[in-house]
Amino acid sequence: MRFIIVSGPPSAGKTAVMIHTIRHLLKDGIKVAACKIDCLKTSDDDNYRALGIPVAVGLSEYLCPDHFFAANLEEIYAWGSYHGAEILILETAGLCHRCAPAVQGCQSICVIDNLSGIDTPQKVGPMLSTADVVLISKGDVVSQAEREVFRQRVEMANPDAAVLSVNGLNGQGSLKLKKIIMESASVNRIEGQELRCSMPAAICSYCTGETMIGSSYQMGNVKKVDFGKFEKMRSKEPLPSSDV
Amino acid sequence: MIDSISVIGGKDKDGAAEAIPLLDIRAGEILAVVGTTGSGKSMLIADIEQWADGETPSQRRILINQMPAGEFADDRVLRGMAAEVSQNMNFVMDMSVKDFLNLHACSRHLEQAEMLAEQVLNYANRLSGEPIGSQDKLTVLSGGQSRALMVADVALISDAPVVLLDELENAGIDRLAALKGLALQNKIVVLVTHDPMLALLADRRVVMKNGGMFKLHSTTPEEKLLLKKLEQSNRQISFWREQLRLGFTVNEEALKQY
Ligand SMILES: Nc1nc2c(ncn2[C@@H]2O[C@H](COP(=O)(O)OP(=O)(O)O)[C@@H](O)[C@H]2O)c(=O)[nH]1
Ligand SMILES: Nc1ncnc2c1ncn2[C@@H]1O[C@H](COP(=O)(O)OP(=O)(O)O)[C@@H](O)[C@H]1O
Ligand SMILES: [Mg+2]
Ligand SMILES: [Mg+2]
Ligand SMILES: [Zn+2]
Ligand SMILES: [Zn+2]
Repeated sequence: MRFIIVSGPPSAGKTAVMIHTIRHLLKDGIKVAACKIDCLKTSDDDNYRALGIPVAVGLSEYLCPDHFFAANLEEIYAWGSYHGAEILILETAGLCHRCAPAVQGCQSICVIDNLSGIDTPQKVGPMLSTADVVLISKGDVVSQAEREVFRQRVEMANPDAAVLSVNGLNGQGSLKLKKIIMESASVNRIEGQELRCSMPAAICSYCTGETMIGSSYQMGNVKKVDFGKFEKMRSKEPLPSSDV
Repeated sequence: MIDSISVIGGKDKDGAAEAIPLLDIRAGEILAVVGTTGSGKSMLIADIEQWADGETPSQRRILINQMPAGEFADDRVLRGMAAEVSQNMNFVMDMSVKDFLNLHACSRHLEQAEMLAEQVLNYANRLSGEPIGSQDKLTVLSGGQSRALMVADVALISDAPVVLLDELENAGIDRLAALKGLALQNKIVVLVTHDPMLALLADRRVVMKNGGMFKLHSTTPEEKLLLKKLEQSNRQISFWREQLRLGFTVNEEALKQY
């Protein structure tokens, strides 16, 4: 089974592009299953289900979605195998910009859109830089110049990836993506494969349900902002009051 | 150097072979694409833009100098060879016109970015009815100003040998000037249009129907005469538009004078 992990900022076009791509796969008689991981709510499963393929949804709810994702990969793989999928598409959402869902042996696709601003390729971090394939969507609504600059920034952030322009509305680029997916390697076992980017530590009082603000409520792995010069000032004199 | 591109016909929406099996377009030529809404005009342009190789719904294949695009150059080079402006496109970057043009020129590793930026602005101002300032923010430009700047930028900074224009007639720019400027640079200009003047200005036009290339026609001398007449009445319309805009009213004398 080929295990394809799709990530990217909200509304980048992940679902739209994958729907077009899955249609092409289905036309060739290839068995596809799709799973969506999200935080609180998703309606993407309806779109995938409309294709008539097996669909699963995982919501992280009160847990960190990054950790939830990593902790469930083995089960998702087993679910896909059970349904006889040749290609398992896992769309992830809600992951933070510190994280990347790329796993060795799985093809990692990052979707990013032209509307998100030229600094986004740098801001998205490892999600983009560890991807095997980067899809740039929504080129239909921005200028040629912006497309060129945006793509250059993407290539700077990840020089090794295959970069593809796609259009989630009319499916442009989805046949090429299908080809790229078909050329990727199968993974026979997900257990023992390694995350390409480690997950952040998260063991503070807020992880266990604390809701109050202030140092006296905090325990465990706590990191504070370094304010530099302001820090020294603050220790000498009281903070400037805000209600001048 | 691109001397020509060729479109090898594929299938229309019903899967039937296209009536035009082969379309060659030479450098310096303006080709118009006409047809009713939904007839597949934008799709034809999109096929050229992505150097289709049978993998799009139309199954068309695009050749450069009679060679499959993929063999002519690698992906990165190919990407720079076609540039598109359509009426759906807007600027979304929060930047001044000048900074943006500089950024674009630098991203293409062009020398003398500043001078080039100035040329683009001058060209854009020749196309646009409303003047564009170098310190204007991109996002506050009007539709007409944006499209004028896009065409100028595509011509001078992107400098792609193949320029694709999708329904710019409503953009409020001097379309004829824009087109003639592009064709002079020995580019291949493919232009989707509903405007009879633009269709007749082109050297040839391809008519789309049901997703396929249906008919290919070279503009005849009679049609060029018709174009002259249309241009004349267009000048009349422009003249009166300007008069009314400036507050003139039409009396018997003004009518005679004209
Ligand atoms: N104009 C345009 N809109 C797109 C494109 N791709 C996706 N969209 C739209 O963007 C919105 C978000 O897409 P969706 O696939 O739900 O994004 P996701 O959150 O990344 O899965 C939808 O309304 C899509 O129709 C594109 O290439 N161009
Ligand atoms: N040869 C073709 N085969 C299959 N679908 C096509 C073909 N040509 C166009 N289409 C589809 O038909 C619709 C209308 O085409 P479009 O190019 O947008 O028309 P126009 O620009 O002339 O209004 C689009 O959804 C497009 O994908
Ligand atoms: Mg989605
Ligand atoms: Mg169109
Ligand atoms: Zn994270
Ligand atoms: Zn915590």
